[in-house]
Amino acid sequence: MENKLDGNAAAGALQAIFPFDMTLVQVTCTGCGASDVIGALAAYMHGMGTVIRCPSCDTVLIRVAHMKERYWLDMRGVRVLQISAEA
Amino acid sequence: MERRTLLGRLSWQLGEVVATHPETARAKSITLAPPNWRGHRAGQHVDVRLTAEDGYQAERSYSIASPPEEAPRVTLTVERLDDGEVSPYLTEELRVGDKLELRGPIGGYFVWEARMGGPLLLIAGGSGIVPLMAMLRHRAATGSSVPARLLYSSRTFEEVIYREELERLDEADRMLEVVHTLTRAHPPGWTGYARRINTQMLREVAWPVEQRPLTFICGPTPFVETAAASLVELGYEPGRIKTERFGPTGET
Amino acid sequence: MSEGFISRGFRGRRKPSDESRRLPPGQYLERGFPVLSAGPTPHTPLASWDFSIVGEVDQPRRWSWDEFRTLPRETVAKDIHCVTKWSKFDTHWEGVSLGTLLAQVETSANYVIAFSDGGYTTNLPLEEVLNGQAWIVDTYEGQPLEPQHGGPARLLVPHLYFWKSAKWVRGLRLVDQDEPGFWESLGYNNHGDPWKEERYWGD
Repeated sequence: MENKLDGNAAAGALQAIFPFDMTLVQVTCTGCGASDVIGALAAYMHGMGTVIRCPSCDTVLIRVAHMKERYWLDMRGVRVLQISAEA
Repeated sequence: MERRTLLGRLSWQLGEVVATHPETARAKSITLAPPNWRGHRAGQHVDVRLTAEDGYQAERSYSIASPPEEAPRVTLTVERLDDGEVSPYLTEELRVGDKLELRGPIGGYFVWEARMGGPLLLIAGGSGIVPLMAMLRHRAATGSSVPARLLYSSRTFEEVIYREELERLDEADRMLEVVHTLTRAHPPGWTGYARRINTQMLREVAWPVEQRPLTFICGPTPFVETAAASLVELGYEPGRIKTERFGPTGET
Repeated sequence: MSEGFISRGFRGRRKPSDESRRLPPGQYLERGFPVLSAGPTPHTPLASWDFSIVGEVDQPRRWSWDEFRTLPRETVAKDIHCVTKWSKFDTHWEGVSLGTLLAQVETSANYVIAFSDGGYTTNLPLEEVLNGQAWIVDTYEGQPLEPQHGGPARLLVPHLYFWKSAKWVRGLRLVDQDEPGFWESLGYNNHGDPWKEERYWGD
């Protein structure tokens, strides 16, 4: 069985980059238009990087890799993010 | 209200092991005193990183078992997997006085606080009980009267983590109900469930659909997916069901 | 920070090995066969499986599963090396060499992009997949390749890091200009030679 986890599992990797809790950020999938918070997406913790996919259509939304003191972040699969402005 | 949005980037810190406590033959609780702990919410986890002398590193996530009220102490409960890489070290080698590298707390999605209300439905498979126990401990520490039910699936009676504490909480609190099911073996005279969770069991144990419970499911991936699918089939709103899959083996 | 921190008594699963001459720099010997997944495991029925060579070729070519199985086959015994630092010695595979497949097309392209079910891609210089360096394999240790390891068929390019051996491969696209694939566009090395430790971009 593949190692599909909830978006929460990717929270550590994302919060090492963004100074706020990304699991509550809402993203819209470029593949199917579905929209949900990152915590509810499908996270694959591949040894080479973290891949977050749309649970509806499997489109890759976010990819993160960490090497040599640098993060590589690809969010091509996300059409738009909605981030709360309030505390 | 404490500002939660701007937390700052997470970084690794070294926490000293101040106590260890065996829970079952395979599970052990480890209490840490991280130097820069900003407090946590029930349901959150930490990432733990081990480094060998040649630089080899292994990283895993573990749910926090202790409630926020016990900060700045943080307790993890780790179940040893036979072919695990990190869990045998944490449960058999790590001792009081050692340091453990961790970062956290992580994950604001799978959290419950008393002010979120309920009724609360918690469904645990094996070591999936850990973050849900943090929620129940938080609920008890705040004297919350939010009605709560825990359905906890374990292989055997001896493998039920926090068994005695759950019994005490259940007896002391009329608004809390703990239901066990044992899937591999049960003691003589056992009158509880003795099979894997299924739609029928959930129909009997879960709050009625009309009460719109807040549901948290945690455990091995197949367990979580079965429970979540059954609840949706029974008519519970998917938006009020939160899941934390531990992966196929239970170690993430 | 925790620079230089060592976890007392931690070794991980690794066992000591005196085969270290066979290990590329920075690798350790793994007895199991770890499964790394970046997405759901595809389950393509053999009746709908095909393998194609497309792009900068005279004529695209396509083989059904039955046609693929009638092509000349080879057995391959190789060590494999994953960029996540595990290596596995003496893995045994069966399949069709890319030389056999590419002999069916004419091309002046310099690069191939291997593409897979589920959207994965990886890029390679054409000259590095000819002459006994690469295969499409469907059998591992004498058994049909399991889906979790890339079955029904995967690319095998053992002289490079194993991310280049694309699981669930469905074809090759030949191109004049190199195009970084899934991991190559996320900070990993474009080439990936384990003996030169070409793990990351800029190595």
